[in-house]
Amino acid sequence: MTPDKFTVKDTRPVNLDITTFKFPLPAITSILHRISGVALFIATAILLYLLQLSLSSEQGFSEAVAIMDGTLMKIVLWAITTGLFYHLIAGVKHLLMDLGWGETKQGAQLGAQITLGLAVLAAALAGAWIW
Amino acid sequence: MDMVTSATSLSRSGLSDWIIQRFSALILAAYSLCILASFLTTPEMGYAEWRALFDSNLMRIFSIFTLFALCGHAWVGMWTVGTDYLTERQLGGGATAIRLVYQAICVLLIAVYLLWGISIFWGS
Repeated sequence: MTPDKFTVKDTRPVNLDITTFKFPLPAITSILHRISGVALFIATAILLYLLQLSLSSEQGFSEAVAIMDGTLMKIVLWAITTGLFYHLIAGVKHLLMDLGWGETKQGAQLGAQITLGLAVLAAALAGAWIW
Repeated sequence: MDMVTSATSLSRSGLSDWIIQRFSALILAAYSLCILASFLTTPEMGYAEWRALFDSNLMRIFSIFTLFALCGHAWVGMWTVGTDYLTERQLGGGATAIRLVYQAICVLLIAVYLLWGISIFWGS
C-alpha cells in the first residue's frame, strides 16, 4: 500500500515503535503458550532420555535419579515442569474458549489473569517438589 | 494460504488440523495428569514401582496413544508457529525455503521421538 492510496484520518496518533507497543494480557498468555509449546517439543528429547534410562535397569534408575539431582538439571526440570503446566493450563483455557466461555473483552482479560495466576502457583509447587 | 503452506499442513485442512490439535491435547493432558497422580500416590517411587507402572498393558497402550498424540500435536503446533513467523514478510524471498528446512527438521525430530518412544514403551 502507498500513502496516497491510504488517505484515512491522518491526525490519528501513529506509533510504529515496536518496543513501546503494549501487549494486552491475553496476547501475553498466547505468546507464552506458543513459546512453551516449542520449548516442550525440544525438551521431549530430555524426558525420553531420562525415561529410557530410568526404565532400563535398577542401576539405570539410580543413574537417572543422580542426573536429576544436579543443580543445573533441577533448574532444567523445573523449567520443563513449569512449561508443561503452563501449556496445559493455557490449553484448557483455549478449549473453554472454543466452547464459547470468556470470549468477551472482560472475559478474555479474566481468563488470562486466571491462567497466569494458576501458572505461578504451579511453578511454585513444581519448585517445592523438585527442591 | 499459499500452496506450499497448505501442502505441508498435517491434514491439508485447517478444520481437521484444528480438531486433531484438540483431541491430541485431551490425550496429552490426561496422560500428564496420570503420571502426576502416580507420583503423588507413590511417594517412595523406586525402580520396582516405576517399572511396574509402565509394564502394565493398559499403560503401554496409553503411552503409545499419547506418543502418537504428541507427534500430531507437535506437528500442527510447530507448523502453525512456522507458517506464522517464517514468512516472506519477516524473512524476504527465501522464506519458503527456510520454512521447508525448518519443517524438515521438525519432521525428523518427530520421527525420532516416535521410534524412540515405541522402543521405550514397547521394547523395554
